[in-house]
Amino acid sequence: MPLDMEAAKAEIMKFCEQKSKSKSKFYFNDFTKLFPDAKAREVKKVLTALVQEEKMVFWSSGSTTMYGMAGAGKQAAAEGE
Amino acid sequence: MAKHKTPLLDQLESGPWPSFVSDVKQEAEARAKNEKGLDYQIPADCPADLLGVLELSYTDGETHWKHGGIVGVFGYGGGVIGRYCDQPEMFPGVAHFHTVRVAQPAGKFYTTKFLRDLCDLWDLRGSGLTNMHGSTGDIVLLGTQTPQLEEIFFELTHNMNNDLGGSGSNLRTPAACMGMSRCEYACYDSQELCYNLTQEYQDELHRPAFPYKFKFKFDACPNGCVAAIARSDLSFIGTWRDNIKIDQEAVAAYVGGEIAPNAGAHAGRDWGKFDIVKEVVDLCPSGCFKYEGGKVAIDNKECVRCMHCINTMPQALHIGDERGCSILCGAKAPILDGPQMGSLLVPFIEVNKDDDFQAIKDVVEGVWDWWMEEGKNRERIGETMKRLGFAALVKAVGIDFDPRQVQEPRHNPYIFWKADEVDGDWDRDINEYRKRHQR
Repeated sequence: MPLDMEAAKAEIMKFCEQKSKSKSKFYFNDFTKLFPDAKAREVKKVLTALVQEEKMVFWSSGSTTMYGMAGAGKQAAAEGE
Repeated sequence: MAKHKTPLLDQLESGPWPSFVSDVKQEAEARAKNEKGLDYQIPADCPADLLGVLELSYTDGETHWKHGGIVGVFGYGGGVIGRYCDQPEMFPGVAHFHTVRVAQPAGKFYTTKFLRDLCDLWDLRGSGLTNMHGSTGDIVLLGTQTPQLEEIFFELTHNMNNDLGGSGSNLRTPAACMGMSRCEYACYDSQELCYNLTQEYQDELHRPAFPYKFKFKFDACPNGCVAAIARSDLSFIGTWRDNIKIDQEAVAAYVGGEIAPNAGAHAGRDWGKFDIVKEVVDLCPSGCFKYEGGKVAIDNKECVRCMHCINTMPQALHIGDERGCSILCGAKAPILDGPQMGSLLVPFIEVNKDDDFQAIKDVVEGVWDWWMEEGKNRERIGETMKRLGFAALVKAVGIDFDPRQVQEPRHNPYIFWKADEVDGDWDRDINEYRKRHQR
């Protein structure tokens, strides 16, 4: 069954908020685990939509990429910008 | 007068090789002079501060770069790598020093106009320092600041008809050899396939969803000018499935000294008369190349595509006519388990533009689906393959097992048959069995 976009977005945001005390960045795999019956590509579409809405941001080390809630964790402002 | 004293770096210039230190100094000097009168959009002394922070790292024995960041262009999860200095007061020119990766043209065919435009853009909005090219093969623009990123992206995409490359857990910028444009050995159009897959997989390139990085590389023949077999998670190496074509008259001309071997290469020294036995027959790794009675004979089924005979006598020997590519999977650099070359996954596949390379895309997507499902975070597919076994990958992709996937008999018996894959299952008549085997 295809994912319901709005419900999936809410679930992802809820998951990130619940974990926000201990984690500010998540691997893509952390989100696919939330939707065990969905294909990875569907989950990716939801995350992409959240990025477009500026609720989520990409964090990249250069070699690996993670997702985080916009504003969570150490931000660019703390990095001298 | 240099902004920072750099005695340790200066030493690096003393060797016989070209030095990046000299290059950075040259750029620092040019920016200080600013003969073109540019309105530099990031600090003009950025290269000078880069030398300063590197000297400090050498003195301290530790890095002064922080790791990663959230910068990028809107909607893209790759192509920009955030880099920040942890001594911004001392080195304000490199307080941010973000890297921008830009897709290189297929086969690295540039026009001078493109290169000039790129340099002009980077002089204005970046440090002026580039890395042509990074290990993946893309154009690497070193050092800019966050407000410049969208400007650079706009200029690249709107005025230079180019795009950012891949970084992070993305499909990385695909790279191809020159292929059919210049090379008679090309078994398929590597540039076309590279371009097609780049367009097809734009989402994978720009929006990360893989466990880790993933690289495609395209070599149109087994000479491997982009070294796909060693440098990419999925390598496409041109091959043929019929026979090497032999022109016996040209063979005689090579043996008789009328045609220079190796297409005239290595001619700077007298190597003596061409000796086909010593220089070709004895060097054939699988011993499939014979020269008897003035004629060449090749046992093609034993040929391992080393290309040595064809390279040595290109006018006499030519790649076969039934051409396509082999797909190898799992090459990677060290970190875990050491470096690894690609393992042969698909021995031969047609490279068919007419159906938009669908057969190849089926393999690619099968590989990705399996890896996205099974791969651990930060695990290259070569490591997943080793952890779960090559057979798991073959099954996931839905291709047939093939003896050519085994490097050598009895070395790595990775195929474990299941009951439903064997005629008659595992069931047997125990009484029949006991007639032949005592208890």
